[in-house]
Amino acid sequence: MSTRERRKTELRQRLLFLYTFDADPSTGVCAWAELDGTGRTEHETGDDPEPPYPSVLAALRDGWRVIQVPVYIPPYPGTEHDTGMLRFEFVLEKLEQV
Amino acid sequence: MAEFVAHGFVRFDGLVPAELNAAFVAEYDRGELSDGFGYGDHRKPEELRGGQPFANFWRDSDGLGRVLRLPQVQGAIRSLAGADPIYDHHALHVVQGGHREGQVWHADNMIDPRRVVFDIQLFYFPHDTPREMGGTLLLPGSQYRHIHISDMGRVRNFRGQLPIVCEAGTVLIAHHGIWHCAQPNLTSERRIMFKVRLNSSGSQQAHWNMDDVEDVESYYAILSHNHAWYGNEHRLELLHRLRAWRYLTGDGDFDLDYYLGRIQTRANQADPAFAE
Repeated sequence: MSTRERRKTELRQRLLFLYTFDADPSTGVCAWAELDGTGRTEHETGDDPEPPYPSVLAALRDGWRVIQVPVYIPPYPGTEHDTGMLRFEFVLEKLEQV
Repeated sequence: MAEFVAHGFVRFDGLVPAELNAAFVAEYDRGELSDGFGYGDHRKPEELRGGQPFANFWRDSDGLGRVLRLPQVQGAIRSLAGADPIYDHHALHVVQGGHREGQVWHADNMIDPRRVVFDIQLFYFPHDTPREMGGTLLLPGSQYRHIHISDMGRVRNFRGQLPIVCEAGTVLIAHHGIWHCAQPNLTSERRIMFKVRLNSSGSQQAHWNMDDVEDVESYYAILSHNHAWYGNEHRLELLHRLRAWRYLTGDGDFDLDYYLGRIQTRANQADPAFAE
């Protein structure tokens, strides 16, 4: 196995879900979650009352990479007042050595 | 009532006296209260199935029954669900110490998207429940959002989430749509929480103390409260609250800052998107 291949197998993904006030990545964070593929940390509901970053932009500046931005889907006619899941979900990742 | 409409719950800290809390726990320890969910209607006497009058249940119970028949508990139930509520189901949650897993966020209104009329879920905490014991985590103001069970299951935290930390005897009554999740029990003690869902058997209008309903200033800030996790959807949530308040008070013209009024003008009624 080459050095490059060996290094790839030692990388694990961390995912960070940040739900923002609106579609602007520099706006405030309303909800959040982290999924740690390295196994170093475990996360449960209610484990942190404060977001890890104040904005997606702040997370980018700390080395996270955005892999998904929210897609705007207009409300179906007649459902303009409905609310449900948070709409502005940014998904970020870091790849880390284990 | 404004708090229930805006936040999705009301709480009564330490409502149940110590003697009854002890009687409830003793009743459980004697094995007279079943764990888990009250499912399996086909195995029960007909009068103790879902859809039957709540008054049929726990009539001979020295612990739970006396808790539920406390005048203050009965009054709170009547205020929200009206007279003669109907039993839906119940759950007795017992989580042993050291249980390090919580639930994912979820809501119980998957098949019941009603907003203006509602079921209630009564939570009873018979012992002191510190944070580390993992009392239910609620998301205030989430009750009008329709989702399927745990659609939001990958979210771990929200701004303004509220863990229930309470003294023994606390009763909390929530709207059936509120988002919530159980929390890990990081203590060495068991955690007990009883929950029962009740349907209304009729109108939920004006069963509560409305002496101060004309004093809008006394509840304006509550009804218009913006929960931090709403993002840019606070105005939509305000519409849901105004519709609920109109129903509960019987005042079909009630409004805050012309929010509903502006979309109910005669000109707007010509547009199907704004028909009320």
